Amino acid sequence: MCSFMFQPTFQSSQKQKRFGCFKTFALRLHSMLHCDYFKAQKMELMLRNQEHFLSKIATNNGHGEDSPYFDGWKAYDSDPYHHTKNPKGVIQMGLAENQLSFDLIQDWIMNNPRASICTAEGADDFKDIAIYQNYHGLPEFRNAIAKFMGKVRGNMATFDPDRIVMSGGATGAHETMVFCLADPGDAFLVPTPYYPGFDRDLRWRTGAQLVPVICDSSNNFTVTRDALEAAYKKAQEAKIKVKGLLITNPSNPLGTILDRETLKSLVRFTNEKNIHLVSDEIYAATVFKSPGFISIAEILEEQDMEGINRDLMHIVYSLSKDMGFPGFRIGILYSYNDAVVSCARKMSSFGLVSTQTQHLIASMLSDDHFVDKFIIQSKHRLAKRHGVFTKGLEQVGIESLESNAGLFFWMDLRRLLSEATVEAEMALWRIIIKEVKLNVSPGSSFHCSEPGWFRVCFANMDDETMRVALRRIKTFVLQTKGGQEASAKKQCRRQSLQVSLSFRRMEDIMMTPHLMMTPHSPICSSPLVRART
Amino acid sequence: MTRTRSDTESDSPEQTSTGMRLIVPLQGIVHGRGGLILGSLIPCALFYFLQFYLKRHRSPPPEKPPPSSSPGNSAANLAVFPRTLSRSSLSVRGSAGHAHVSSRADSIVREDDSPYYVGLDRVLKDRYDELKNPNGIIQLGLSENTLSLDLIEEWLSKNLSNSILGGGLSISGIATYQPFDGLLELKPAMAGFMSQVMERTVSFNPSQIVLTSGATAAVEILCFCLADHGNALLVPTPYYPGFDRDIRWRTGVELIPVHCRSSDNFSLSITALDQAYNHARKRAQKVCGILITNPSNPVGNILTRETLYSLLDFAREKNIHIICDEVFAGSTFGNQEFVSMAEILDSEDSDKDRVHIIYGLSKDFSLPGFRIGVVYSSNENVLVASKRLTRFSSVSAPTQRLLIAMLSDTRFVEEYLQTNRKRIRTIHSLFVAGLKQLGIQCIKSTGGFFCWVDMSRLIRPYSEEGELELWDKLLNIAKINATPGLACHCIEPGWFRCCFTTLREKDIPVVIERIRKVVETCKTI
Repeated sequence: MCSFMFQPTFQSSQKQKRFGCFKTFALRLHSMLHCDYFKAQKMELMLRNQEHFLSKIATNNGHGEDSPYFDGWKAYDSDPYHHTKNPKGVIQMGLAENQLSFDLIQDWIMNNPRASICTAEGADDFKDIAIYQNYHGLPEFRNAIAKFMGKVRGNMATFDPDRIVMSGGATGAHETMVFCLADPGDAFLVPTPYYPGFDRDLRWRTGAQLVPVICDSSNNFTVTRDALEAAYKKAQEAKIKVKGLLITNPSNPLGTILDRETLKSLVRFTNEKNIHLVSDEIYAATVFKSPGFISIAEILEEQDMEGINRDLMHIVYSLSKDMGFPGFRIGILYSYNDAVVSCARKMSSFGLVSTQTQHLIASMLSDDHFVDKFIIQSKHRLAKRHGVFTKGLEQVGIESLESNAGLFFWMDLRRLLSEATVEAEMALWRIIIKEVKLNVSPGSSFHCSEPGWFRVCFANMDDETMRVALRRIKTFVLQTKGGQEASAKKQCRRQSLQVSLSFRRMEDIMMTPHLMMTPHSPICSSPLVRART
Repeated sequence: MTRTRSDTESDSPEQTSTGMRLIVPLQGIVHGRGGLILGSLIPCALFYFLQFYLKRHRSPPPEKPPPSSSPGNSAANLAVFPRTLSRSSLSVRGSAGHAHVSSRADSIVREDDSPYYVGLDRVLKDRYDELKNPNGIIQLGLSENTLSLDLIEEWLSKNLSNSILGGGLSISGIATYQPFDGLLELKPAMAGFMSQVMERTVSFNPSQIVLTSGATAAVEILCFCLADHGNALLVPTPYYPGFDRDIRWRTGVELIPVHCRSSDNFSLSITALDQAYNHARKRAQKVCGILITNPSNPVGNILTRETLYSLLDFAREKNIHIICDEVFAGSTFGNQEFVSMAEILDSEDSDKDRVHIIYGLSKDFSLPGFRIGVVYSSNENVLVASKRLTRFSSVSAPTQRLLIAMLSDTRFVEEYLQTNRKRIRTIHSLFVAGLKQLGIQCIKSTGGFFCWVDMSRLIRPYSEEGELELWDKLLNIAKINATPGLACHCIEPGWFRCCFTTLREKDIPVVIERIRKVVETCKTI
């Protein structure tokens, strides 16, 4: 189009002096650009009218709610299980919520009416609390949180109340952290599998990126130095500026904790690369079996860590999991870096915790007797529930990753996949949602490198629901196995027509896992599975 | 390696000939029909990229000092505070060497120097108390209202007998995950309250309400929804000093001041708006909307029905949004009628999609600590996006539960609003009368917790330095923290915002006496 438009200009310019032609050209160019400008404006106007001129953030899918993780939630929302009202509904096992110790919290609130200030007994404190709008947070709140954070880490580390910044849940704390540490385009390394919400919470508004660090089952998904180096190198090759490493310890979704040596190597790695280390420890008090939890704060206080640059170390904490009240929206950002503390504190104006709730929490966490009892009881109940669940699955031959923390475990259904692909995993997951009616979360939504793993949350239901869920899984697995065996037999029979095999040999083939995972194994179309509908 | 702009843009004949010297051989290279065009375009493009390169690789700004904790220090730094913050001073993107934190974190360090924040900080450290600290600083810089807290306190002691769990509520109703955009039961209560505040001239639809933790978060969420990084909003000045941080900081949205002047009582004129808009368009800046506060913070005046209609016409013509911050809607005390944007929309058929209202309980219900903000919009897409964004700033469930009961008691709300208005009116007239004795005038205000005070007579020189000097005197001699117009981007020096709703009647003479001291020193100069 360009050359066509300028053809006459060029021809006439032959006769003119060069400078003159340049002038004509400039004029033409000007008019052309102008014309294009209006055209573009018109286009823009049309587009704006179509999309109702909203921002990219409002219209893109950074919210990530199109992923299977959220599809499962939608399936649950449209058909939630209830003992009596909807016994065939979907059981929610995709929500990491701890409902096992509600009664303890409830008792405490009933026995301490003053704490909630908005009561006849608490009205005296109301005036000061209601108008307190400073983003530093009530001093008693920060002190109580600092003490509690130390306590749930076995008092192996101390926390400075002046470094405690509140935010709207761990979600808000994570986002604030990224806002403080990274510019748009910068990246964080995250060992896989990781919590699906990170893709949204850390990236959506901040414009930061996540670079997965590949971990696999060969070493129980432990993050290694080699994997870190590989991911770091890959990011550098792609010209991505790596700003930090984000770990969840105890891990969500694995339910495992990091050992001392791994933690030290992570600290050294980040220190050598001069990048930040953000340790998400929201399950710190939800470790219910030995070995005990080790916080990054504890590592920093060790002697051989003296040369470490503390300005690179940050912790995200929350009371949603350890105390079991996500509805209170209390997230904590703790940083050893003064600039980050100061910046995050100002940013906390976008998600301050209501002072009424601060006051309530301050009183609750200052009650040592209650807190001690609560932590012990909560661990005890979680251990029991975890044990019943994992053992029940073992009975039908379902293994899960050995874990001792969190509100979930990492279930291994690789045996049930028709082939080792994400598609097969999703096919299996759809059956589990639609026919078994359990909302468990598939490993692929956690960016797991191996298909066939599923996260199962076990603490957001009562004993009765738990039993129903366990029964459903058991029935499903037995049926699927039966189906597989049947199909394996069929196949063997077909084979035996061609090559006669001894009975013993046939049994061998049936037992080999290879055959069970044969691409022909028709889980999706298994007649027994179908029969259930 | 930094090259100044004037250097590169100088238009001397010598340069033209250098240009030609480049073009001619290039024409030779790309011989043929498009030769001339390419021959001219290539050097132009090269030059453009050279400029770009130089800009990108400018040496990083010098290391900033750590945020100083001593208030005296930052007050001393104030002399260099620019009247209108430019984009560059707020967020410097790009490579700043081995910066440990993000440029956002860096930028905030500088922003701290705003006298608005410096003043607030000072008060925190040395607050006036009649008995314990009679020489402390009196806070006139924070718009909060303590006049009617006793009413709420009384209601609580009468109505909530046991605890938050009483009245059929169970722990699972507050402890578990709740909808991030607010409890389903609180929304109708909030809609009812808002309609009561607007004196039942409008009814609000609960399904169009999104609850956030404070109006601060509500404004930011709306901006995230409406504007991309680098887009701009038109804001009539003087405006609330917090907007610079709340809106620009994380969203990257720019605020274009639309200057209002004392000659028309700082009321908004559409002509000024149009000028600012065209000016921005000329700079190829995309303007996404207009942000107004009604009643205005810091002036305290309210927009007339006619102005609202013409605003809407303007927005329609330019195809932009209107964000209407009405957090002081229930705190009007004059004779002038307050008209909500929602009411205008009710009477119009079209264009509901472009108007968004901000509300909150921090001002009208005197509960800033509870952090309740509201985004009210008829735009379905904005609602969906805002709801999703509230995951970063939702309100604690126990607090919401408490408010449901309180806001649903319409008799109490009515009584509260009436009494509160009466009390604000009383203290306002006392304060204004006190200033008058000193010969200081205020803009006639009808809403909000503040006066917009004219002290231009007292400043010397008549400039922002003079204004800051007076501000410093007020803070250090009179021990009063007022907000200088500079922080509100007022184009005329000498104006101050004074909040009076945390004062008791007996505090007024103390404040006036303190100001008198400063007035006298100014006169003797």
